[in-house]
Amino acid sequence: MLKITADKFPQMFGAINESMSLYLPVDRSDGKAEFKKWQEGDVWSDALNTERSAKDFFFPQSENLMKFKMEGKSIEVIDIRDENEDFVIFGARGCDVRSFDILDRVFLADPVDSFYKNRREHATVVSVACSRPAETCFCSSFGIDCTNPAGDVTLWREADAIYMEANTEKGDALLEKLSAFSEECDTKAVDAQKEKTAKILSKLPLKDLGTDAFGSGKTKEFFDSPLWSALSESCLGCGTCTFVCPTCQCYDIKEFNTGSEVIRYRCWDSCMYSDFTRMAHGNNRNSQVERFRQRFMHKLVYYPENNDGIFSCVGCGRCLSKCPISMNIVKVMKALGGNENA
Amino acid sequence: MRNVNDTLIPVVGVITDIRIDTPDIKTFRVLTPDGKKPFDHRPGQCAMLSIPGVGEAMFSITSSPTNTEYMEFSIKKCGCVTDWLHAAEVGQQLTVRGPYGKPFPVDDEFAGENLLFIAGGVGLAPLRSVINYCRHYRDRYGKIDIVYGSRSKDDLLDYEEIIEEWTKDTGVDVHLTIDNPQEGWDGHVGFVPNFVKELGFETNKTAIICGPPIMIKFTLDGLVALGFEKTQIYTTLELKMKCGVGKCGRCNVGAKYVCKDGPVFRMDEISELPDEY
Repeated sequence: MLKITADKFPQMFGAINESMSLYLPVDRSDGKAEFKKWQEGDVWSDALNTERSAKDFFFPQSENLMKFKMEGKSIEVIDIRDENEDFVIFGARGCDVRSFDILDRVFLADPVDSFYKNRREHATVVSVACSRPAETCFCSSFGIDCTNPAGDVTLWREADAIYMEANTEKGDALLEKLSAFSEECDTKAVDAQKEKTAKILSKLPLKDLGTDAFGSGKTKEFFDSPLWSALSESCLGCGTCTFVCPTCQCYDIKEFNTGSEVIRYRCWDSCMYSDFTRMAHGNNRNSQVERFRQRFMHKLVYYPENNDGIFSCVGCGRCLSKCPISMNIVKVMKALGGNENA
Repeated sequence: MRNVNDTLIPVVGVITDIRIDTPDIKTFRVLTPDGKKPFDHRPGQCAMLSIPGVGEAMFSITSSPTNTEYMEFSIKKCGCVTDWLHAAEVGQQLTVRGPYGKPFPVDDEFAGENLLFIAGGVGLAPLRSVINYCRHYRDRYGKIDIVYGSRSKDDLLDYEEIIEEWTKDTGVDVHLTIDNPQEGWDGHVGFVPNFVKELGFETNKTAIICGPPIMIKFTLDGLVALGFEKTQIYTTLELKMKCGVGKCGRCNVGAKYVCKDGPVFRMDEISELPDEY
């Protein structure tokens, strides 16, 4: 295990940034944290999590796919992708790091999405263990250990120092670059932090949220449940939950006509939107209850059915704090799972 | 610039021929600019066609894979992209990517079987690919029956090919019907589902249905009444699609994605899906 003391952070960030772009959570002027490309003087945020999830790094909110030059009846297709550069995501929480695996199973499945893959290959992920999980956290329900998160490097942060361990070759390479600032150390400080965090986790309100009721093969059981209409009644269809969700991956492909050429881009979309499935001959999900049901059935039943039982939720809690009508996956799981009081 | 192939990046195609089939259906022949077929496909598979600036949409490939020279799409005028295509002229370029989706099991489950094709309206477009494939490899299949109906005689797709070629094949019976009586039509009049019941097929067949959802529903009921099992019946589903490869999420029904797990489904598979297609 390697240790770097807090006074060396600026030098450390500078050293990483020399060969790779470094992104880390920084507090905005409103006090909320957001991943930002590091610049000299930037201070690493102490916030539990970033407002937006880290999925933007691999699946950005919008990205240009290609452009077309049109002349008379002719069309030219032009690949406009930039060469991806190596970058480091520094300080992603265990929930967001798990979301990368969930997105991988979609975008890296055959046929591979090369736009996603290129960015994924160029990234080194440094995760940071949680020491102050919040009341909205429920990552443990999905088997995530926030005291020992995945990633190329796992990092534990204390007030005076960070402790790091590499999990992959990419991680080794990164820590190699930091050898001038780091020293070998024992696991005492990390063990103490893990123990302290475990105590907090055992008191969290959502610690008993169970997933046993859900998973592969449960379509018939839940699809026609009478509970959907009451659960979705207040849903505004705003799509906020899907945008802040680290695992929501539905997208739209749209075009922008500049006058001289057409740029085709993709952008996040939401199954909560009324036009998501609308086509020339009709719409197979006309009501909000159907769209609401689709989102949760996908996360709790359909995705696990196609992905070895893994749920498409990481318990980050963003949707709990962001939904304007305070409806969320926890309430859905409690109601459908017949566990109102958990 | 990086030149990595991605299924989302299409190739350029040229419309080399436009056939007016019915008042609202045209068949477009598409080649690459250097005169080749854009790519190979299997019967029942689809392709994404687009006009940059207008949009991109999924269409079934109506020509048979055995046609090595070109690719054809029979397209009904019903939305932005199709309106634009219907206004296009020969020589117009478009973009094409594919093939997408699971084809009909023509070389597996269909092999050696008697086949009963049932189509309504533009629903013949995807079946034409299968029918012509089976006609090409005629000795691999048993008897072929084709039931096809549309609103009027003028709305029957591929009428000339049906009369000039299909009806002249041995072991192929074509049963045409139109919804309402019409001058110059001495064939059957009535809806497809009723016609199927009247014809009263034996159940020693594999049935393949394609048409408007309501026609599929009643035809299915009719076949079940005749004694067909759901495992003997195939159809295709159609939902909104953007990517074509099971990632954008639009055509997701239950754990299936119509673009990659379909569009061809066996009826017993469809029965397992939640009812929202």
